[in-house]
Amino acid sequence: MTNTADVRLGSDTSDTGPLLVVEDLRTHFIVPAGAVKAVDGVSLTLERGKTLGVVGESGSGKTILSRSIMGLNVVANAVTTGSVKYAGMELVGQSPKQMKHLWGVEMAMVFQDPMTSLNPVVKVGRQLTEHVRQHLGMGKADAKEVAVELLRSVRIPEPEARFDNYPHQMSGGMRQRVCIAIALACGPKMLFADEPTTALDVTVQHQILNLLAGQQRDRFMTMIMVTHDLGVVAGRTDDIAVMYAGKIVEKAPTKALFADMRHPYTQALLFSIPKTNQPKHTRLTAIAGRPPDLISPPPGCKFAPRCPYAQDRCREEEPVLRPADEFGHEFACHFPIGTPENEEAFQRNLDAEVPQTLAAAGRVQATDDLAALEHLVQVAKEGDH
Amino acid sequence: MAGTGTAHLRQSSEALLQVTNLHVEFPAGGGRTVYAVSGISFDIAKGETLGLVGESGCGKSTTGRAILQLPKPTRGEVSLNGEDLTGVSDSVMRERRTDVQMIFQDPISSLNPRRTVGEVVAEPLNVWGPKNKDEQWAKVSKMLDAVGIDPDVARYKRPHEFSGGQCQRISIARALVLEPELIICDEPVSALDVSVQAQILNLLEDLKAEYGLTLVFIAHDLAVVKNISDRVAVMYLGKMCEISESDELYANPAHPYTQLLLESLPVPDPTVEIDEGVAAEGELPSPLSPPSGCRFRTRCPHADEICTEQEPIMRRVSGDHFVACHHPLIEVDDVAVSLTA
Repeated sequence: MTNTADVRLGSDTSDTGPLLVVEDLRTHFIVPAGAVKAVDGVSLTLERGKTLGVVGESGSGKTILSRSIMGLNVVANAVTTGSVKYAGMELVGQSPKQMKHLWGVEMAMVFQDPMTSLNPVVKVGRQLTEHVRQHLGMGKADAKEVAVELLRSVRIPEPEARFDNYPHQMSGGMRQRVCIAIALACGPKMLFADEPTTALDVTVQHQILNLLAGQQRDRFMTMIMVTHDLGVVAGRTDDIAVMYAGKIVEKAPTKALFADMRHPYTQALLFSIPKTNQPKHTRLTAIAGRPPDLISPPPGCKFAPRCPYAQDRCREEEPVLRPADEFGHEFACHFPIGTPENEEAFQRNLDAEVPQTLAAAGRVQATDDLAALEHLVQVAKEGDH
Repeated sequence: MAGTGTAHLRQSSEALLQVTNLHVEFPAGGGRTVYAVSGISFDIAKGETLGLVGESGCGKSTTGRAILQLPKPTRGEVSLNGEDLTGVSDSVMRERRTDVQMIFQDPISSLNPRRTVGEVVAEPLNVWGPKNKDEQWAKVSKMLDAVGIDPDVARYKRPHEFSGGQCQRISIARALVLEPELIICDEPVSALDVSVQAQILNLLEDLKAEYGLTLVFIAHDLAVVKNISDRVAVMYLGKMCEISESDELYANPAHPYTQLLLESLPVPDPTVEIDEGVAAEGELPSPLSPPSGCRFRTRCPHADEICTEQEPIMRRVSGDHFVACHHPLIEVDDVAVSLTA
């Protein structure tokens, strides 16, 4: 890999300050019904060598965020505004032709599904050398040498033999290793991992996450790990940003976040995961409802319709991310967890028999359809009389 | 095991379902055979939930389907309420299927997109239940209510109008409408978001209590399985490694494979150190030519000659905890060893 590192030195990016500064990034998809606000005003700063975990349910905008930063939303109806500064360079507004020089060399992405992100009719060796030859201008023989070395570095056994395999001859875990090798091929400084292990078994997931962590250390890469699983990011990130309906609702250093969750959505996400240290048949605290329609989201807090603590203020006035406290903890909530106001709000909703609060308290079953939830509350009431 | 043996089976009179020495093999062309399931035995008492866990390709789904005779197992016995299902005629089997229903992984593709929800849930009744539409609807609406769907709203809607979680609720209503004794859940929450997953797991627990159901819960997520199961069986490459009451299994794993699975599990707590040593390398070998002796030996850190030569059999660790391993991580009960001999 030394030869690729030499080439990398030739890039003209500055080597001080944060690697990535995102400000008020918005990606809207224009459809006949209106604009789908997939990413709606995200700001974040990422220091060199750090790992940021982006967490949220499906439809929270976490994947579109990483694709927007990389400039991969090339569909005609996508409109990206705001600012993405990579090592001081503005990326929003660059054409794919201009971005091409950054892809692979400066920033690369590992996708979720290793079954479909490789070309099925091209041998994995060529899929690797293609990159090195295109971006680093290597000859065929040199490129092969680099490719075999890359396969070895992602711990693929017998890399010379595997070089001539087609993707279907490999298992899912092996294919994801190949995808990682391709992403690493040109020595990127910034790696996006978009649910890299969701399609894999737990043992393989552990191997792949270890591999990513090791490669990140060895190459001093900056990483954004996108996932729906708080377990995956807990031990492997420096900071976590929780996304909901296209916005960051809570952001903090990983340990501070887990020690002191402030946003009801983050707390609900953590509570809904079953844990092996709980006894069997432990009742899970499910979140009622599902993420809002991103074309016409509710006014006020986007989480309010599902939030057990929501008050009138939440439905009218949208909370903004509060400035970071001494631990670097930011959150956007009018009634944050751990405050007396939050407890009062919960009690008030409980007394008023607000369906999602009853569900959070375990009085009725939580469902992902709020209309059905009201029906359930009705059924429960009739049962009482 | 990655071995065989039946020491862990309880008195057959207690069991609703008893599977003994189940083998499922598929022809693979070129005269080769896929040994999908090779000698699995387990039993389930009435009202119990048995979790089946293992990596993809370990034969857990094949085992679930073999209980329903889809397809018929190559060898072995599946007895439901004391009747061996492998021996019964097709017409009798059709009738028995009303007692055993299945819930599938992908909630959207397991519902017919051209039928309304009312029709989808009433379909089993068209075959086995009352033919009168009003009687059918009474049953269907009761079921939809039980799974948290407003029957009057859902009746004339089609599956695409519902979210994944709602569709899974509809599949559960369809499985329940014939009032089966046993439900086989094949990865019912793997395709769902964590928040929806919790809703469905809670729902299954409620329904189990309300209707006195017995469940086989197949999944690859150990935390999910622990949450819902009374007993957990760990499978590896068509064999069973370990079976135990679930709290005991997670607290004291006796099989190296169970330990590997547990150590690979990501913990949602940043203060827990990640051990990068475990799960070192290795993948599931091909079920076309499984390793001799213990099938896990190619990945096992404790494997030696005896593991190559002899297949381990089920031995008791303690109480209801059994393991098939030559070198278990905790000492096995010697009395039980002589019982199995």
